[in-house]
Amino acid sequence: MGNTIVNDKDLVVPGEELAKGMDFLPGKGTYRDGENIVASIVGIINIDGRTMKIIPLAGKYIPKRNDTIVGQVKDILMSGWIIDTGSAYDAVLNVKDASSDFIEKGADLTQYFNFGEYIVAKIVNVTSQNLIDITMRGPGLHKLTHGRVIKINTNKVPRVIGKQGSMVSMIKQATGCRITVGQNGLVWLQGEPEKEIIAVSTIKMIEKNAHKTGLTETIKAFLEKETGVKVSAEMPEPNNGVEKHE
Amino acid sequence: MSRPDKRKVDETRPIEAKVGIIPRADGSAMFKIGQTVAYAAVYGPRSLFPRFLKNPEKGILRCYYNMMPFSGCGERIRPGGSRRSKEISMVTENALSSVVDLRDFPNTVVDVFIEMPQTDAGTRCAGICAASMALADAGISMKEMVAAVAVGLVNGKPVVDLSKEEEDLEGAVDVPVAVLPRSKEVVLLQLDGEIKPESLKEAIKMGIEAAQKINEIQKETLKQKYKGE
Amino acid sequence: MYEDLKSHMEEFFKRGIRFDGRKFDEYRKISVETGISKSAEGSARVKIGETDVMAGVKFEIGKPYPDSPNEGTIMVGAELLPLSNPEFEPGPPSIRAVELARVVDRGIRESKVLDFEKLCIKEGEQCWIVTIDVMTINVDGNLFDAAALAAMIALKEARIPKVEDGRVDYHELTKEKLPLSKKDPVSVTVCKIGNTYIVDPTNEEESVVDSRLTVATTKEGLICAMQKGGVDPLSADDIDKMVELAAKKCDELRVHIK
Repeated sequence: MGNTIVNDKDLVVPGEELAKGMDFLPGKGTYRDGENIVASIVGIINIDGRTMKIIPLAGKYIPKRNDTIVGQVKDILMSGWIIDTGSAYDAVLNVKDASSDFIEKGADLTQYFNFGEYIVAKIVNVTSQNLIDITMRGPGLHKLTHGRVIKINTNKVPRVIGKQGSMVSMIKQATGCRITVGQNGLVWLQGEPEKEIIAVSTIKMIEKNAHKTGLTETIKAFLEKETGVKVSAEMPEPNNGVEKHE
Repeated sequence: MSRPDKRKVDETRPIEAKVGIIPRADGSAMFKIGQTVAYAAVYGPRSLFPRFLKNPEKGILRCYYNMMPFSGCGERIRPGGSRRSKEISMVTENALSSVVDLRDFPNTVVDVFIEMPQTDAGTRCAGICAASMALADAGISMKEMVAAVAVGLVNGKPVVDLSKEEEDLEGAVDVPVAVLPRSKEVVLLQLDGEIKPESLKEAIKMGIEAAQKINEIQKETLKQKYKGE
Repeated sequence: MYEDLKSHMEEFFKRGIRFDGRKFDEYRKISVETGISKSAEGSARVKIGETDVMAGVKFEIGKPYPDSPNEGTIMVGAELLPLSNPEFEPGPPSIRAVELARVVDRGIRESKVLDFEKLCIKEGEQCWIVTIDVMTINVDGNLFDAAALAAMIALKEARIPKVEDGRVDYHELTKEKLPLSKKDPVSVTVCKIGNTYIVDPTNEEESVVDSRLTVATTKEGLICAMQKGGVDPLSADDIDKMVELAAKKCDELRVHIK
C-alpha cells in the first residue's frame, strides 16, 4: 500500500516528499521520483482519489480557454492588436473578433483600442506554443474607460470573486463601484474616489487573508464599518466577477 | 586545532533567510550566512528578445550575479561586472538549470538577478541559495531547491563554510559546491588550492551533508511566508 | 490610456486625495536603517513606501586634482538594478541612472556639508576620495528622494579607515567620522500632474507626471541644488509654489538624518 507523508490541505514546497509507493498518481505540481511523489511548486495539497496534486500559491497567470481577462493594449498591427495579459505570453486580438460592429479594412485601429487602454476579453484558444487568441465579441466584453486597474495575485482571484460572485458583489453593494475581476489577476474599478479607495483596500485585504476561515464575515464587517452600508452575502443572480455593461 | 571563530569542522556560520522581500519581482529572497549576504530576484517567465535566443521547446533560464561596489572586503569594486562575475553567473545558471522545469513556457525567459550588498567569502554559494528560494517564490516548477556551501581545507583539515579569514590562511583550499539535496548529486563544483584526493572526498561528503541542512532552512523559510497566505 | 489614467486621477485630486488616500503633500511611511553593509565604511537603507534603496560609502586614497592640490573629493554612483524593477535591464548605466547619480551628487556637494580641504592627507600628493554608491532594491516611485536621503545618511555614518604606511587598512575603521558640518542637505521632488502639485509619487503617479522639480535645501533654509525633469514647461508661479512645498517637506525629512 502506498503511504502519504502529507495530508490534504497541507502547505508544501519544491523538493518535499509527498507520498511513497506507486499507489498514488502524480498530478499537477508534483512529479514522480523513483517510487515517490515529490512537490515541484509551492502550494496546497489536494488529494483527489488516487491523484495527488498541488494548488499553486505563487506564479503568474496561466491562460486558459474561456477565461475572462482584463488586458492592456501593447501594440497595434495591420490586422489587430497585441494585448498584454500579465502572463508570460501576449494575446492576439484580430480585427474580426474585436467588435460586433463591422470594422472596415484599413480603418484606423487606434480609434477602437489605443495603446495603453484596457479591455475585457475572453480567451478563445491557447495553442501548444502558448499563442493566445481572444475575442471581444460577447456579453460583458468591451473596452474599459475611466477607472483604474490594480494587480492582485492570480491565485487569489477565486477568493476575490467568491462563490457565485458573492464576495465581489458585497464590495459593489457597499461601495457602489463598478468592478471587473479578470482571471489573470487584473482588477478594474471605477467609482467615487473615497469609495474606490475602500474597494481597493478590501480587495487587498482579501488577497492577504485568502487562506483564513470566516473571511466573508470579516469582509462584511469591514465593509459595513467603512461605508455604513449593510451588505448581503447572498447573490440574487450569480456572476463571474465581470461587470455588465450595456 | 580550532577554527578562528571556534566553529566545529562541519558547522556553518549562522544563517538567516527571508522570502518575498522585493515586491516588484515575481519571486525574491535574501540569504545570509555569517557576514555574506545575497539578494535574489526572479522575473519571469516573460518575453525573450532577441529572437535567436528563444527556444521553442522550453523557456530558458538566465542568471546574473553582481557584487555591489561597497560589498568587497577591501577597495571599492568598480561597477559593471568583471570576468569573475560573468563566470559565477554562468556556473550559477548551470546549477539552477538542472532543477527548473520550463517545458510549459516555450520561447520565454526566467531572469534571475543576484546582488551582494555585503560579503565575507562563500558568495556564489549564498547567491545560489537565495536564487533557489526566489525561484520557488516565483512559482517556477522545480524538482527541488539547490543548496550550496563552500567547503575546503583549513589548517590541513576538511571544513565546511570557510570565512574570508579562513580562505586567506596559508594552505587553505576553497571548494564551492552546490548540491541537489534529494539525490545528493553535485551541480556546481570548483576548486582553488592544493588538496589530496582523500581530503577532497571527505570535504565533498561534508559539503553534501551541510547543503542538506541548508535545504531544510530554505524549505522552512518558504513555508514561513506562505503559511500566512 | 495615460490620458484616461490621468483624468481619473484628477477626479481624485478634485477631492484633495490620491489613489492611495494620501493628501498631496503627504509622504508614505519612511524607514531608515544604518550599517546595512559591514563591508562598506558607512551604509544606510531607506524605504519610502515600497521604494527601497541602499547606499554605501567607500574610501580610497588618490591624488588631488592639479587645480585643487589641498582638497579631496566625493563621487556619487547610482545603479538602477535589474533586481529592483521589471523594466530595468542589465548593462551600463542608463541616462536615468546617470541623472539620479548627478542630482544626488549636486545636492550633497553644493550644500558644502563636507569641506573638501578636510579630506586632504598630503598636499598635492594624497587625499581621500569618498565614493557613495546608491543601489535600488525595489522601485515604486520617488527614487530621487530615497536615494538622496540614503546617500546623506550613509555619509554621516561613515567612519574613516586606518591608514598604515600610506595604504588603507579596510579591516580597521577608526572611530573618526567624516568632518561634516550641520547642513544636513535633503532633497524633495515635487511633481506636477495637470494643475496639482504632489510629493512622493508612486510608480503609477510617475507615469502621468507632466514635469517634476527636485529641490535640495540645507538646514539653514538655503536652496543648494535643483533639477527640473519632464517635458512640460513650468511657469514662474509653478516654480515658486513647488519650491515652497519642497522646502517645507525638506524640513520634515531632515529629522531622519540624525
